[in-house]
Amino acid sequence: MSFLDKSHTIAPPGFSRWMVPPAALCVHLCIGQAYAFSVFNLPLAKLIGITKSGPGDWNLAELGWIFSIAIFVLGFSAAIFGRWVEDGGPRKAMFTAALCWAIGFFISAIGVYTHNLWVIYFGYGLVGGCGLGIGYISPVSTLIKWFPDRPGMATGMAIMGFGGGAFIAAPLSVWLMSKFTTATHVGVAETFIVMGAIYFVFMMVGAFIVRIPAPDWQPEGYTPPVQAAKLITKNDVYVYDALKTPQFWLIWWVLCLNVTAGIGVLGQASAMSQEMFPGKVTVVAAAGFVGLMSLFNMGGRFFWASMSDYIGRKNTYFVFMVLGFLLYCTVPYMGKTGSVVGFVCCFLVIISMYGGGFSTVPAYLKDMFGTRYVGAIHGWCITAWSMAGIFGPVLVNYIRQYNVTHGVPKADAYNVTMYIMAGLLVIGFICNLLVKAVDKKYHMAPDRDSALDTGLASKPAGA
Amino acid sequence: MADSNQQGTPAWHLVLAWAWVGIPLTLGVIRTLINSMALFH
Repeated sequence: MSFLDKSHTIAPPGFSRWMVPPAALCVHLCIGQAYAFSVFNLPLAKLIGITKSGPGDWNLAELGWIFSIAIFVLGFSAAIFGRWVEDGGPRKAMFTAALCWAIGFFISAIGVYTHNLWVIYFGYGLVGGCGLGIGYISPVSTLIKWFPDRPGMATGMAIMGFGGGAFIAAPLSVWLMSKFTTATHVGVAETFIVMGAIYFVFMMVGAFIVRIPAPDWQPEGYTPPVQAAKLITKNDVYVYDALKTPQFWLIWWVLCLNVTAGIGVLGQASAMSQEMFPGKVTVVAAAGFVGLMSLFNMGGRFFWASMSDYIGRKNTYFVFMVLGFLLYCTVPYMGKTGSVVGFVCCFLVIISMYGGGFSTVPAYLKDMFGTRYVGAIHGWCITAWSMAGIFGPVLVNYIRQYNVTHGVPKADAYNVTMYIMAGLLVIGFICNLLVKAVDKKYHMAPDRDSALDTGLASKPAGA
Repeated sequence: MADSNQQGTPAWHLVLAWAWVGIPLTLGVIRTLINSMALFH
């Protein structure tokens, strides 16, 4: 399997760096399927009853755990395997991600066939979740090394794919299930098997074409700045030293709060739009709203990360926090005045910044900690996503429920939540404000790089 | 964003790689956009 070795992925002279974003997209478009997993929920809830849920069928609450486990494992596997991904190179990581992702689907197919939900939790949630985590971070540092002049745009392109994966997965899943479903059988297991096979092939194309630049490679016409910018280091920080810096945890909280604010409304957008505008927003229109939000989630990942190359990472997050605060405070007013257009516009911008938060963070970490271990550090940072995945929906759902049970009209039940989200962004603003350049004591000595690679290092800098 | 190194990679490799990811993504986006139009009806 030497084909997978890092040394075999060094680009030959003349290799175009524009081959690398499609390689990254091959992985991210596949693992982005996770956002569309809900299309399986209703069919999985009718495996015994076929036309409707029967005795012994799983309920939606039980099925909801499949996605939750997968996202939780995503964050923690990215953290745990981040260092291995950096050392093994992108091809080995992409291959491993493809294997985990496909095997996750195959194990889940067995779970469906034997009607054992624990097997699906293990397959899609745990094994597939590892594929998600490893796949998510696999191309990040490679892209940053290929695009030192536009790191935000490069990682934005890949992470945009994660947001776009659902656009492919949802219709593909529905179409495959329609082909395999009969009057006496729901074709979820067969769909899982076919999707696992398709995703494995698609991701392996990415693993095949990905290359890392030669150590001395620079894009033509690019001159690295002689004087390092205030918040863009020219030094590297060892992954476990980065975790000891206040900068890492401040960025972790910035990401966590930005994601918490977005993820709660993303999951409740359909119900919220119908309840805030009864009679004006129908079920079909609400579905259209959710689709539009997904598009802005994807587009925001590319737009904001690219924008950060020009205005700086810290300023980009300032925009997220200030603009987000103003928009969240405006939403209750839009509900009160019955302005559906205003409501939709507010949330489309908010959700674009939710996506932008994900895609800008790798470049932010690269600015603070250098490129050497940025993939592994990014892996640790996206544990913030796992936390936000719990906080966000809980905040929105429970506060709404509390208000409704205490007599607040449904149309006004989300107002308090909006103000709380705005408050979270104020805290995020303060965290971002406190981010300063990393102390020199954490910088790796120039000769540490090779020492760590060969395992000769005894104690990392700053330890 | 000119990069003379692109001379070494055949153009059809680039076209194929981008089409491989671009076509399914574009189809998905168009389909979602069409469905989203229900919001404005």
